[in-house]
Amino acid sequence: MKPNREVGIVGYGAYIPVYRIKDQEIARVWGRSRWPIEEKSVPGIDEDSLTMAVEASKNAIKRAEIDPKEIGAIYVGSESPPYAVKPSATVIAEAIGAVPRALAIDMEFACRAGTTAMQSVIGLVASGMIKYGLAIGTDTAQGRPSDELEFTAAAGAAAFIIGLAENSLAKVEATYSYITDTPDFWRREGERYPRHTYRFTGVPAYFKHVIGAAKGLMEEEGLRPSDFDYVVFHQPNVKFPLRVAKMLGFTEDKVKAGLLAHVIGNTYAAASLIGLAAVLDRAKSGERILVVSFGSGAGSDALSLMVTDLIDRKRVLAPTVEQYVKRRIYVDYSLYVRYRGKIERW
Amino acid sequence: MVKAASVPRVWRDREVKYRLLGTYCKSCGKSHYPPRIYCPHCGSKDLELVKLPEEGKILHFTVIRAPPTDFEEYAPYIVALIELKNGTRLMAQVVDVRAEELKEGMEVEAVFRKYREQGPDGVIEYGLKFRPKL
Amino acid sequence: MVDTRKVYVLGIGATPIGEHWDESLRTLMTKAATSAIEDASIERKDVDAIFVGNMSSGPLQGQEHLGSLLATWLGIPGVAACKVEAACASGGAAFHQGFLGVASGVYDCVLVVGVEKMTDAITRDITAALIMADDQDYVAFTGVSFVGLNALVYKAYMDKYAVEQEDIALFAVHDHKQAVNNELAQYRRPVTLSAVMSSPLIADPIHLLECAPIGDGSASVVLCSEEFLKKYGGRDVLIEVSASIVATDKLSLYDRDDITTLSASVKASRKAYKIAKIEPKDVDVLEVHDAFTILGVIHLEDLGFARKGEGWRLLKDGELEIDGKIPTNTMGGLKARGHPVGATGVYQVFDVVKQLRGEAGKNQVDSPEVGVTQSVGGVGGTVVVNVFRRVR
Repeated sequence: MKPNREVGIVGYGAYIPVYRIKDQEIARVWGRSRWPIEEKSVPGIDEDSLTMAVEASKNAIKRAEIDPKEIGAIYVGSESPPYAVKPSATVIAEAIGAVPRALAIDMEFACRAGTTAMQSVIGLVASGMIKYGLAIGTDTAQGRPSDELEFTAAAGAAAFIIGLAENSLAKVEATYSYITDTPDFWRREGERYPRHTYRFTGVPAYFKHVIGAAKGLMEEEGLRPSDFDYVVFHQPNVKFPLRVAKMLGFTEDKVKAGLLAHVIGNTYAAASLIGLAAVLDRAKSGERILVVSFGSGAGSDALSLMVTDLIDRKRVLAPTVEQYVKRRIYVDYSLYVRYRGKIERW
Repeated sequence: MVKAASVPRVWRDREVKYRLLGTYCKSCGKSHYPPRIYCPHCGSKDLELVKLPEEGKILHFTVIRAPPTDFEEYAPYIVALIELKNGTRLMAQVVDVRAEELKEGMEVEAVFRKYREQGPDGVIEYGLKFRPKL
Repeated sequence: MVDTRKVYVLGIGATPIGEHWDESLRTLMTKAATSAIEDASIERKDVDAIFVGNMSSGPLQGQEHLGSLLATWLGIPGVAACKVEAACASGGAAFHQGFLGVASGVYDCVLVVGVEKMTDAITRDITAALIMADDQDYVAFTGVSFVGLNALVYKAYMDKYAVEQEDIALFAVHDHKQAVNNELAQYRRPVTLSAVMSSPLIADPIHLLECAPIGDGSASVVLCSEEFLKKYGGRDVLIEVSASIVATDKLSLYDRDDITTLSASVKASRKAYKIAKIEPKDVDVLEVHDAFTILGVIHLEDLGFARKGEGWRLLKDGELEIDGKIPTNTMGGLKARGHPVGATGVYQVFDVVKQLRGEAGKNQVDSPEVGVTQSVGGVGGTVVVNVFRRVR
């Protein structure tokens, strides 16, 4: 998909909570002898997907150097909003000073909601309906105790402000979305933890849709893996993104910069976007980035971005992903379950 | 739940608490949080609504170990008297740091966090806390 | 200020302080009032007005309108009555209203009652009620407790004056020693400094045993005019209220320049001393509002008995003892006598009057003539200073 008018990212920001738990510690409690990643982020008791989104958004505004009142849309992608009914978007809008004139909505599509938010906002800016749009991917993912996913379900947020291409630090070249009804992971209303389908989440889900979107975009745009300097995939673990990169023909060095799952875990709707932010923290003008998300249910968004020469000046205006990653306070499993509200007190 | 908790009250304060709005006294030059009607220092009515700086330093802090109702689930937590860059003082929690590592005079910045919930089915009260500068 | 009438303390009464499972808010205040009326040797119907000092009957008991409630329960409905609230200085503020009632000439005989029923509530709800002494929206909102506010003052003081915590925590040891001989006191056993310093932290650096306890109690005082005295004669000893002054400070610590001093204490005491024509050196017995050990030390300074940063020396050098330069909290103070919040300001008057009458038993100070009480609301948001003089 290509918008009629050229648009791009005018500001970006990420946020990762300070707490970490080592996978080895989770394994200790449940008697496991192996684990998929080193450690994952844990939100503090006073954090939720909304508070994280506020910080990521403020970072994006700092880089965009705009008056928040000029933001015409706030799209929040999350599967763990603090309220089942009551939008995070309006609270975020108040907190950043974008009220009252704005389009605001919360959206859900598992780990893909952030990139879908981005595509929606791209459309609004390109159509001329708004000047700037804020797209956020944020999650405080919950893992069922002792389940595989407890080893990776983490917390984080990333925010992107879209504006016209001439003001952007990375232009949006094209996007592609690929969806099917594939029940690889879900949560029924009223259920506390999600269900997943183990190995079924691989080939028929993650790989099919990531490859579908990536190939779809590259074919439409006449691009090949060698045309990209970086590729960021949704990262539920380290294995999947490395394997799909290989399957698509991307060399490992291109994946590394945007792959953080081993140190922060799977931040769900924020995952590919935090990876993108990490890439923007170091990319050079003229470099091309491919981002491919994956959300269970299922679908992938692929975006092709071209970095401009505004990047060097812009990236230093707010904290980098690395600054958040290297900020750590470790908790043990007992504090972890307390912070995550898994202990029933009533 | 404390009887003082109410939805309109939370709503009424949201701009002040989310965006750190205060007043600046044009007579004596001091700034205050929260916004006032009369300057508490010189009594003047000549005040202007301003956005306060979101950075400052810790003057004094303590660790609350016996919390009031609605705050039990967060204990222990750090509360501090903070002085913002323009001299305005306020009270807030300090987060993302162990109390042993905190020092008076440490530079801090505002972060948006949950302060409490009006019960498991009630509204969530957000506000600004502070953490050591990144 | 116009010339006001002289005011005398005609009677005092108080309940013991403790966890009174069998007593309610209304039975406590009725008992204290009855006791003061009997001590005054008057009839209940002689009372023209009642002022009830109380801080948290609303949040903790769901009960307001204490003036009318007490008048009803004392069997004298019809008298002027109302509740007076100034946080932890409610007792002192009620006393001040009583004083004004007589001094102004409007009433001849006034009953002042301070009462607090705390133990029906659980600790965290009490903590939530006590922080109502500060700003609900911008201070209580942060989750700080009242102990926490005082912890900030404690740290600021230790930093500014380079004082060791042990020298301040000693105040609790002093209070407990005095309470041993006070049969109304909540805690009548001595404590050691080491026990205080090793008790659990409530809000760093304040330890549990540095905090006034939670308890129930009521104290009462009958005040009267000279004309009323002529009718009744009174007792041999006559105690005059030479001054009763109230001052406030900015409610919250963040509005103050120096949190190691309570400017309301300074203001109220200087004005009270001036009216009573005394200086600190003339004071024979003193009651300070030591809700926390640090406050005890700071009050000594703010009330003029020590220079700023040196109040702890009086404590350490034993000058607060019965035979010291300034006998203080001779019946146990807030820490050991107890602190049923709204009642404390009146318990302080009770204790000072006992001393001036020569009825303090083993804790008796030698022939005291002038006594001062200081009742504090919040962290000095309100301070009431009263001066008493034995005139006969």
